[in-house]
Amino acid sequence: MIGAGLDILIAALLVLGGVFGLVGSYGLLRLKGAMQRLHAPTKASTVGLGAVLMASAIGAGSTQEILVTLFIFLTAPLTALYLAKTLLHRHITPAELPTAAGGADWAAQSPAQPPVAQKD
Amino acid sequence: MIALALTFAIGCFAVAMLLNLWRLAFAATHTDRILAVDTMVVNVIALIVLYGIKTASGINFEAALLFAFTGFVSTIGFAKYLLRGSIIE
Amino acid sequence: MIRKIFPHPFLSVTLGILWMLLVNRLALGSLVMATILAIIIPHASAAYWRARPRLIRPLALLGYIGIVLYDVILSSFAVAKIILVMPSAQIKSAFITVPIDLSSPEAITVLAGTITMTPGTLTVDIAADRRSLLVHSLHAPDPEAIRDQIKSRYEARLKRIFA
Repeated sequence: MIGAGLDILIAALLVLGGVFGLVGSYGLLRLKGAMQRLHAPTKASTVGLGAVLMASAIGAGSTQEILVTLFIFLTAPLTALYLAKTLLHRHITPAELPTAAGGADWAAQSPAQPPVAQKD
Repeated sequence: MIALALTFAIGCFAVAMLLNLWRLAFAATHTDRILAVDTMVVNVIALIVLYGIKTASGINFEAALLFAFTGFVSTIGFAKYLLRGSIIE
Repeated sequence: MIRKIFPHPFLSVTLGILWMLLVNRLALGSLVMATILAIIIPHASAAYWRARPRLIRPLALLGYIGIVLYDVILSSFAVAKIILVMPSAQIKSAFITVPIDLSSPEAITVLAGTITMTPGTLTVDIAADRRSLLVHSLHAPDPEAIRDQIKSRYEARLKRIFA
């Protein structure tokens, strides 16, 4: 009985993962704006991979998949941030952006970036 | 049932890889190309893990982890190159 | 005494748990190795931890992780729905400025990462004075509501966790 329940859970996770992986890649093709396209893989593909890894972890009873999941979830925002910065740097003018609170420049577009002071 | 779901998931990720290849070949900006490669890395990791479930072997995990590492570093490297013109300053 | 061996208890515990997850086997040898790593690595990297963040409520961090995971799963469904069924012309993307009150760089990093992973929003940049974040929203019919949600749901919690 418990075995059958586990099987259903694993199968559901696998199907969910496949669908999300496909949706992420489809969004990459379908969305119109360059900034919009960043949204699809960072969320849909990451969750799809997470579901597949969880299925593998439950199926094989191993903990190593948790590490890969952790790594993917920690690095996806960083990748997205860097790619967004390249878009900001190359394709978006300051006029298209809202102003920051206090009127400061956005870091990627401020002319000189003073090094952030390291506090002890 | 698991075998069926496994085949379905592998099919989904394979099609996703093809879509990524299409985006890689016909992209409007360099950022889109990097994003396509990054998504391909995610999909390849998923395929490696799915293959690991299919063959019931434990050694695929190392490949997946290493692929995640190199994929992340190369994406950041490409983005950094676009931002600064050099990778290591 | 204990403080001397483990100068950074959280890092030590994390390293130990990561090592045990990596070897995937509960054996005495692995535990010894995990302990050795948990002692050596914080000492070797001590120079980089001079201004390390102070957690006032470590347990609240677990609750925060739970909330974020729940939101990540919900948000991926929302994004999938937008990708699959919404016509391109109807997707209203917008840049939103989110003023932040957090001061420590670590807390801001966690907030930025959270924003990227949750409902239809993506952190794009930080202001040069580190007092506001530039957020891009995939579908934002009401930008004010999204800003308020970020501030009340995530930032308020982080303010309580980080000193």
